[in-house]
Amino acid sequence: MGDPSKQIREAARKLFEEDKVDLIIGFEDGSLPLRATPCFIRKGEDAERLVWNSFCENNLATYLPKKKGRIGIVAKGCDSRSIVGFLKEKQIDREDLVVIGLPCEGMIDRKTVEERMEEGEIIAAEEGPDGIVVKGTDFQEKMKKEDLLPESCRVCTHRNPVLYDVLIGEAVEEQKVADPFGPIRGFEGKTAEERWAYFSGETEKCIRCYACRNACPICYCEACYVDSSEPQWFGKSIESTDTQIFHIVRAFHAAGRCVDCGACIRACPVDVDLRFLNKKIEKDILELFSFEAGEDPDRPPPLTTYKQDDPEGFIK
Amino acid sequence: METEEALQASWEPKIVAFLCNWCSYAGADLAGVGRLQYPPTTRTIRVPCSGRVDPLFILRALQNGADGVLVSGCHPGDCHYLSGNYTARRRFAVFSRLLEYVGIEKGRVHFSWVSAAEAGRFAELITEVTEEIRKLGPAKRLVKKKVE
Repeated sequence: MGDPSKQIREAARKLFEEDKVDLIIGFEDGSLPLRATPCFIRKGEDAERLVWNSFCENNLATYLPKKKGRIGIVAKGCDSRSIVGFLKEKQIDREDLVVIGLPCEGMIDRKTVEERMEEGEIIAAEEGPDGIVVKGTDFQEKMKKEDLLPESCRVCTHRNPVLYDVLIGEAVEEQKVADPFGPIRGFEGKTAEERWAYFSGETEKCIRCYACRNACPICYCEACYVDSSEPQWFGKSIESTDTQIFHIVRAFHAAGRCVDCGACIRACPVDVDLRFLNKKIEKDILELFSFEAGEDPDRPPPLTTYKQDDPEGFIK
Repeated sequence: METEEALQASWEPKIVAFLCNWCSYAGADLAGVGRLQYPPTTRTIRVPCSGRVDPLFILRALQNGADGVLVSGCHPGDCHYLSGNYTARRRFAVFSRLLEYVGIEKGRVHFSWVSAAEAGRFAELITEVTEEIRKLGPAKRLVKKKVE
C-alpha cells in the first residue's frame, strides 16, 4: 500500500485536470503538533498541500451544505455517513459531489495525548507505522495509537466509507464491538437521582459557547432555535435549567441523524459529556425503529416517517 | 416549618395539558358539557395537532413551574391531518426515554390518545395523571428558580 497522502494528491490533481470539481475539501498539516486542519483546494497545483494521517479528526462533511459548486471531499467512515445524511435531507446533490473515500483506523484524541504528557509542552509529533512519537522541550515519548483513540473511534463499526467515488488504499477490517451501548445501559441502570446528578453536573460546566453546535455536521439550519430572539424559544443565560434544556434539545435535534463522529466532543472547551445523550438516542432509535443513521440514502430519517404499528408502550 | 407543612398539605399539582383541537380538546369539552367530575389540576393549551407539540414545549412547561405535562391527541388512524399523531408518537417514544434517562421522574410527563367522544376516558385520564403526579410531589428538576 502506498502513501495515502500521495494518493489523495494524485486523485485531487486528476479531478481538476478532468474538470470534475471546482473545490476539494481535504486536510493539510496544522500549525500545531498533533493537528491537521481542513483545507480548501481550488487549483490542481495546490493539491500538494493535502495530507492524510491520524490527526485528520474533523468531520469535513460539515462544510458541504455551506459550499456551492462541484465539490470533491476527502471522507473517512463517519464523514461519509454524514454525507448520506445530507443526501437524505436533500441538502446536497449527489451529482455535484465526488467523494474521495478513506478507510480509517481511528483518529488520535489530542486531549488523551496531552493528559498523558504530565508536564512540558509538546513541540512535535510524528506518526510512524508502530505508533506516534511525541516530542517535547526536554522529553520524547512513544505511544501506541490504539491507546489514544477517543471513545467514538473505539466503538466505531463503520471505518470504511459507506459511499465513495474513489477509494484511497484498501478497505480496512471493521471492528467487532460487543456492545457499543454498554456504558449507556450501565447509566440507564442507575437511579433517577444518580442520573439527574450526573446530567446536571455535566451541564453545569457548559458555558453556552455553542461550539458543539457549530462543529456538528447536522446542525446546518440557517436559523438555529438557540439564536432566535423573536420568538425567544428559551433562555439564553447560563442559568442551570436553561443550559439543561439546551443540551436535551440539542441532542434531540440530532435524533436519528447523529453518526457519532465525535465533532461536538472535540469542540467542547469544557469537556461536557455530550456523547452520553447522543448515544442514548442512537440506541433507542435502533431499538424502536431498527434505524441507524448514515446507512441508506433512500431511507427517510426515522422521525419524519412512521409505521402504523410503531411501539407505543409509553402511551397511557 | 409549620407553614411548609401546611403548604405541602394544600399542594395540588399543576399540570399543563397539550390537547389536540380535533380529538382530545373536544373530548375535554364533552366532559365539561356532560358535567363529569375530575380534578381541577390541568391548564389546557389547545394545539392544532399532537404533531404540533415540540419537545421544547414540554421542557418549557416544566421549567416554568408545571409539576407535570400531558400531551394528548387523536387515536392512531384518526388524525385530522392523517399522520400528525403517528409522527408525534415516534418523536415522543424517543423523547420520553430521553427525559427519563437524564433523571426526570417516570410519571412527570404523560402521553395519551383521547377521542372527541371519550369524555369519560378524559375524566379518568386526568384523575389518573393527577394522582400519579401527586405521588411524585412538586417538580424539582428542570425548574427555574424565581428571584425572591
